[in-house]
Amino acid sequence: MELSFYLIQLLNGIQFGFLLFLVASGLTLVFGIMDVINLAHGSFYMIGAYLAYWLTGIFGNLFLGILLAIPLAIAIGMAVEKLAIAYVYKKGHLHQVLLTYALILIFDEMQRFLWGNDSHSVDVPNLLSGSIPLTDIQVYPVYRLFISAVCIIIGIGMFYVIQKTKLGMRIRAGASNNEMVQALGINIERLFSIVFSLGVALAAFAGMIAVPVDSLYPGMGDNILIISLVVVVIGGIGSIKGAFVGAMIIGVSSIFGKTLLPDMASVIVYAMMAAILIWRPKGLFQAI
Amino acid sequence: MSKFGKNEMTRRDFVKTASTALAVTAVSGIVPTFAIGGTAKVKVGVLLPFTGTYAMLGTHILAAMKLRIAQNGDKLGGREVEFIVIDSEADVSKSTQHTNKLIKKEAVDFLVGPVHSGIGMNMARMVKGKKVIMIVPNAGANQITGEFCAPNIFRTSFSSWQTAYPAGDAMLKAGHKKVALMYFNYAFGKQTAAAFKESFIPGGGEIVADMPTPFPKGEFQSYFTKVAALKPDAVFTFYSGGVAIKFMKDYAAAGFQGKIPLWGTFLTEGTSHKAGSASEGILTTLHYSSELENATNVKFKKDFKGATGDEADVFAIQGFDTGSLMIQGMDAVKGDTGATEALTKAMNSSKIDSPRGMFSFSKANHPIQDIYLREVKGGLNKVVGVAAKALEDPAIGCKA
Repeated sequence: MELSFYLIQLLNGIQFGFLLFLVASGLTLVFGIMDVINLAHGSFYMIGAYLAYWLTGIFGNLFLGILLAIPLAIAIGMAVEKLAIAYVYKKGHLHQVLLTYALILIFDEMQRFLWGNDSHSVDVPNLLSGSIPLTDIQVYPVYRLFISAVCIIIGIGMFYVIQKTKLGMRIRAGASNNEMVQALGINIERLFSIVFSLGVALAAFAGMIAVPVDSLYPGMGDNILIISLVVVVIGGIGSIKGAFVGAMIIGVSSIFGKTLLPDMASVIVYAMMAAILIWRPKGLFQAI
Repeated sequence: MSKFGKNEMTRRDFVKTASTALAVTAVSGIVPTFAIGGTAKVKVGVLLPFTGTYAMLGTHILAAMKLRIAQNGDKLGGREVEFIVIDSEADVSKSTQHTNKLIKKEAVDFLVGPVHSGIGMNMARMVKGKKVIMIVPNAGANQITGEFCAPNIFRTSFSSWQTAYPAGDAMLKAGHKKVALMYFNYAFGKQTAAAFKESFIPGGGEIVADMPTPFPKGEFQSYFTKVAALKPDAVFTFYSGGVAIKFMKDYAAAGFQGKIPLWGTFLTEGTSHKAGSASEGILTTLHYSSELENATNVKFKKDFKGATGDEADVFAIQGFDTGSLMIQGMDAVKGDTGATEALTKAMNSSKIDSPRGMFSFSKANHPIQDIYLREVKGGLNKVVGVAAKALEDPAIGCKA
């Protein structure tokens, strides 16, 4: 295989890693700050994707579809937090797992009911449908570069909010000492609601921008959930930096695994996780 | 249950028929036309999907089958026909219950279905050795007329082996020695790839990359990067439906269209016009093309369009031929569904004048048929040759 093959696969892996980062950062925030195991996190990825698909179908424009889908997804996230998650904050992880697992089943069934079992896809918008020649035979779709660019912008935005703003200060405080934050008179309920909605928004948005490169199908949220959990465990629970590094490791290794060792493809990410956990049992980074 | 011939009727059957008739009358307001004490209706149970992904397939199969029977005066072997239709929802977990309802409760004479291979294997297991005659109008798993084969199980469609095996030879003839494979990593995709290799490798071909992709994901970028690095003479695939459209578009967007020829089986069936220019030039091997110019096909396309408003497709003709098969069998035994052995023998030796061309049945009750080589031109699957003449499925594992 030529060098160009490895370079292009690296590019593919990084692009996949960026998407994973968006999903996993939401998961790690919710777990690290709220101490809530949210198995339904992947469902929000799916909801985002299907909302974008649905609204793009109506309005004929992906960007408009995404723009309208974001507030809808956040509203769904807030409703889920208020009506379900809020009741299990103090109940321990078993209750949370049971509740959020039930949410997965509910969302999956709703997806089947509303959109059926078929696979769907959305065309790349005309504006970004071009491609860049890479080798004599292969071209690289511009839309994939667009995904990476958007993810970088969101990543920087998240870094800024968490490190430089008052809200970020509270989030960081909540992650390191939840009870002290409450003792200092910060409205922890509101903080939780914001963090949860932020997590939902990140997952849903990842689903939305991935729609033209991936396809929509029943159970798509479950796949991304499992791989995001791996990312969070590798990166260290509650660490955004860890989510980023973990997402890149998993993104790149799963792409190379799929094409170089197809028989081992499904094992490779887990083997990677096991290796890292042996080396660093608590993951690569500390919370936030 | 009812073992009556055409002129006998037990009291119970009479009550059942009469009450069904009453129910029909009550619902539709139409007076039933059969004479009391006359010929009982032939019961045709239909288990096809009418909701979900495969809804269109089920609808086309049933409509075309009814069209064929209507052309025969709405009769099978001189008897009127009653359809008992169940929506399979393409749900394997419900198929046992659905099949039981049709063969035990309704005691149907014919069982037509399904579309989905998993359901097909389950149904075949359940009807094997029973009196009911099952006709599969789509499901292509090799096993249905392989290890599950039985005198009372027929298929009017294809097997995964039958559609893919000729592609190996056809690609070698086209000068493609080094080929990359991409297919859904599930039963039908794997059977398709295996059948392709069965003719391609002994013929001197080399598989440079064998890439099963996770079902039902439509993300192909990293596989395409590998294809670009290997520069094969051509790519052979199995994808169908919505993902096939995405596959063709992504293949074109990756810059391969016109550079690395793309081959498949079902890839362009019902999808070529939706993929737009991305489908141009794709070659497929299949047992039908709506572009075939024989008289039966020309007439069928017109009749089907007239009856349903839809364009005919491969699924419709499979339903149509299911109708033909029942007509020929029932004519031979003059409508006596009690004569199971004579009936299945007659069905097995029938010659079907299909829109795909004439075909007959193998010992395993599977079509011995031509497989066409098709190329997409102007969004249509034009027939450019015959990839295999009168091809018989090997029916591996069939002991009946």
